[in-house]
Amino acid sequence: MRVEEERGRTWGLLAEFERPEELVAAAQRAREAGYRRMDAYTPFPIHGLSDAMGFRPTKLPLVVLAGGIIGGAAALGMMWYSATIHYPLNVAGKPFASWPMFIPITFELTVLCAALTAVFGMLGMNGLPMPYHPVFNAPRFAFASRDRFFLCVEATDPKFDIEMTRGFLSGLGAKEVVAVEE
Amino acid sequence: MSDAARRGRSGPPVIEPVHTYASVTDKISSIVLSRRTPLFWIVGFFLSFLLAMGLLVAVSYLFAKGLGIWGINQPVEWAFDIINFVWWIGIGHAGTLISAILLLLRQEWRTSINRFAEAMTLFAVACAGIFPIIHLGRPWLAYWLLPYPNTMALWPQWRSPLVWDVFAISTYATVSLLFWFVGMIPDLATLRDRARRKGFQIFYGMLAMGWRGSALHWHRYEMAYLLLAGLATPLVISVHTIVSFDFAVGITPGWHSTIFPPYFVAGAIYAGFAMVLLLSIPLRKVYGLEDFITMRHLQNMAKIMLATGLVVGYGYVMEAFFAWYSANPYETYMMTNRMRGPYAPVYWALMLCNIVAPQFLWFKRVRSTPLALWVIALIVSIGMWLERFVIIVVSLHRDFLPSSWGMYRPTGWDFTTFFGTIGLFLALLFLFIRFLPMISIFEMRTLVPDAKPLGKEAVPDDSVADHAEPA
Repeated sequence: MRVEEERGRTWGLLAEFERPEELVAAAQRAREAGYRRMDAYTPFPIHGLSDAMGFRPTKLPLVVLAGGIIGGAAALGMMWYSATIHYPLNVAGKPFASWPMFIPITFELTVLCAALTAVFGMLGMNGLPMPYHPVFNAPRFAFASRDRFFLCVEATDPKFDIEMTRGFLSGLGAKEVVAVEE
Repeated sequence: MSDAARRGRSGPPVIEPVHTYASVTDKISSIVLSRRTPLFWIVGFFLSFLLAMGLLVAVSYLFAKGLGIWGINQPVEWAFDIINFVWWIGIGHAGTLISAILLLLRQEWRTSINRFAEAMTLFAVACAGIFPIIHLGRPWLAYWLLPYPNTMALWPQWRSPLVWDVFAISTYATVSLLFWFVGMIPDLATLRDRARRKGFQIFYGMLAMGWRGSALHWHRYEMAYLLLAGLATPLVISVHTIVSFDFAVGITPGWHSTIFPPYFVAGAIYAGFAMVLLLSIPLRKVYGLEDFITMRHLQNMAKIMLATGLVVGYGYVMEAFFAWYSANPYETYMMTNRMRGPYAPVYWALMLCNIVAPQFLWFKRVRSTPLALWVIALIVSIGMWLERFVIIVVSLHRDFLPSSWGMYRPTGWDFTTFFGTIGLFLALLFLFIRFLPMISIFEMRTLVPDAKPLGKEAVPDDSVADHAEPA
């Protein structure tokens, strides 16, 4: 019964490491041990950590490609429609659909839409802005934006068991393992 | 790794090797959070704010009286407004070059100057953007440049480079802002976590949007940043190309030339690096950032300035050569008029500033003396302004028919507006260095010696994992 209560309140277990190599190794071991619902928190992007955590390549490039294509097509379509259908203007007998002159604006709007998609796509996929997150309740979590590296196994992981997981994380060389309150 | 090996062949290191993750974080965030505001900042901000107020006065008077308060007249319809516009846009280009192109080329020395250079880009574009709007006869109708459904059933003229400019500049401003802000999100989170005062915690907390350094977030973040760099790279080339089309598509002698796009882009980078040097040399001194912005950075920037200066010099030589080779009397006269006409001193001052002055950068002694670099950067900045004066005013004042020739003399309001934008630019920069991290903290962490063994593909260290117990 007591364990059940604690599971309800605890969001996860947060292990603190001093060096990025230790974190990468720990993430790898945790994954090999069968933990899936976990995340790492680091002050800078660490190469190799994504692989150790088992992340799949992000879909962001495809989304950005789509954003760019939509922007470019909309720009070209707008200019073509206005110059040939909505308000055709005969300038010295030149063709209405003088597409080479439409290229600069098409290019600019392609870049604009792709860039907006990249930024808002990244923020959206990451769920930002997010005013509250349980992991901020951990007392030393402020160091995740300075010089400490954290690995968090979340309570929703099927293998999560507060004592077993705590023992496992301490065994990975963590400096400290704390329970994160919901 | 030995110290000498880290320094490599190329002289000074990109960061002094004594630093750690914590010291980098504390040193840069203390400038914003805990250190006393230096007297330099207070005096500098006050003076630049005064100049910016001059801009406010000049623009208010302009809106009340109209364009007659400027020196522009019938043959010279474009003068300070467009000179300043092109000058400011050009200055902005170095920021994007440093942040995007050098990122793609994996030049890690860019790290300590990129944030600052991006801010410079943003403020330079803001100053540039003022001019095309205020130089309209009826500035309150500036929104007619945008395509929007209207009862007049009118559209912008898609075939005009001036309309391309609207799209190029607004895209450039937007992408520069996004790039700058996205790069800053993790650092804003650092400041949020370090801030002691409630107001600062809320301010940085809102801006950081709940960033928590999650590995999954970094995974997408790095991809987004790389994509933005890839998008900004062709964008920056296109922007100054389109600015040069404003001239090259016209038939005025001295404008109608295919060398304009590359020559403008090189000039923009040249002017931009001069401005980065002009600003970073005093800043590193005042804030004691010599560990981060090292001689290596100054030397590399000096080399880029020399290289782009030579491209610009080539552009000048080709302009003169083709004026003669074209056998077109108007083109030939344009060049004679530049060299021997009423504005000849401006032309020769330009040659002195932009071709002769950078030649000193061939000497290593000059490249490693900050004061000498600062003086050369100042001369180059002035030279680039003179270049636009020569292209715009000297071409316009005597074009085809001698009966419609004229002279241009700037008025006090022209100068007040120009210096006012310098004030606005500096005031914004002062606010930036006071309230936002002027060096990218999270990227600097990847440069400290501790991060080195990680390399690009970190191999997990087995000796650490050996203790692990099977779960």
